Amino acid sequence: MFNLLLADGSRLWNNDLWYALPAIVAVSLVYAATRHERMRPIWLHAGRVAGWIIGFMFIVCVVLVFLSWMT
Amino acid sequence: MDNQSTGNHHDLRSSPVPENIEQTDSPPIDLKDPALAAFLAWLIPGLGHLYQGRRAKAALFFVCIMGLFVFGLYLGSSNEQCKDGKGKIGYGRAVYFSWKKGERTWAYLCQVCVGLPALPAMIQASRMNHHKPVWWGGFMAPPRPKPCNDANKDQPTLHDLHRVLNRYFELAWVFTTIAGLLNVLAIYDAWAGPMTTTPGGKKEESTESD
Repeated sequence: MFNLLLADGSRLWNNDLWYALPAIVAVSLVYAATRHERMRPIWLHAGRVAGWIIGFMFIVCVVLVFLSWMT
Repeated sequence: MDNQSTGNHHDLRSSPVPENIEQTDSPPIDLKDPALAAFLAWLIPGLGHLYQGRRAKAALFFVCIMGLFVFGLYLGSSNEQCKDGKGKIGYGRAVYFSWKKGERTWAYLCQVCVGLPALPAMIQASRMNHHKPVWWGGFMAPPRPKPCNDANKDQPTLHDLHRVLNRYFELAWVFTTIAGLLNVLAIYDAWAGPMTTTPGGKKEESTESD
């Protein structure tokens, strides 16, 4: 199943999912900045938020790959 | 309340806050004039915080929000010709304002939260509606209607935008919309200061009463 994910490195590199990266960074930082005043807690909170977003996206990705593999 | 006696000094440690809010890392913040700060934060992302002397957060909001917005504008740009070969697609095409029936750009209500950087779309929409030629090579101009014989007949239609920009039109739309929505958070932060929840989001038992 995961061969589908890793079959073609160039396809992975050229994947449109990379466009999510700037959005994730900006959303995490801005959200964290509205919860703290000092920079260190902002960075730490932003890291946690980014982790949650990426984790959620990964789970959705795995579900979609699994469904694709099933069909 | 302390805020009334000391102007808008937002001392988060001493002021009464809801039970699910805790300030453990925030120094006292001088919000100065919160309404003016909120207006400035809308006008240019980060400007309200700069006015309040919160320079690090001003830089963070400006870089993140304007970065997303400008990247969205870039994705919604192209030098390619329209289908009929009359004119180029132009720049910043994913941000435009139209309130005609059937063509309402609800996304612009989010995009305009970025403030001044999104306002050229209003000017372009006004010029398009009054059959005057749009400015700046069509930057943030709405797509022309299909039967169009006025000064904007060289402008791309919505079909041209989708055909040339393809999925980047949608991506540009998403990035600019997210930028506007993030600035709403920044505006609130300039207005009222940061809202900190307890670590892990757990509500803290509180005996605090007004």
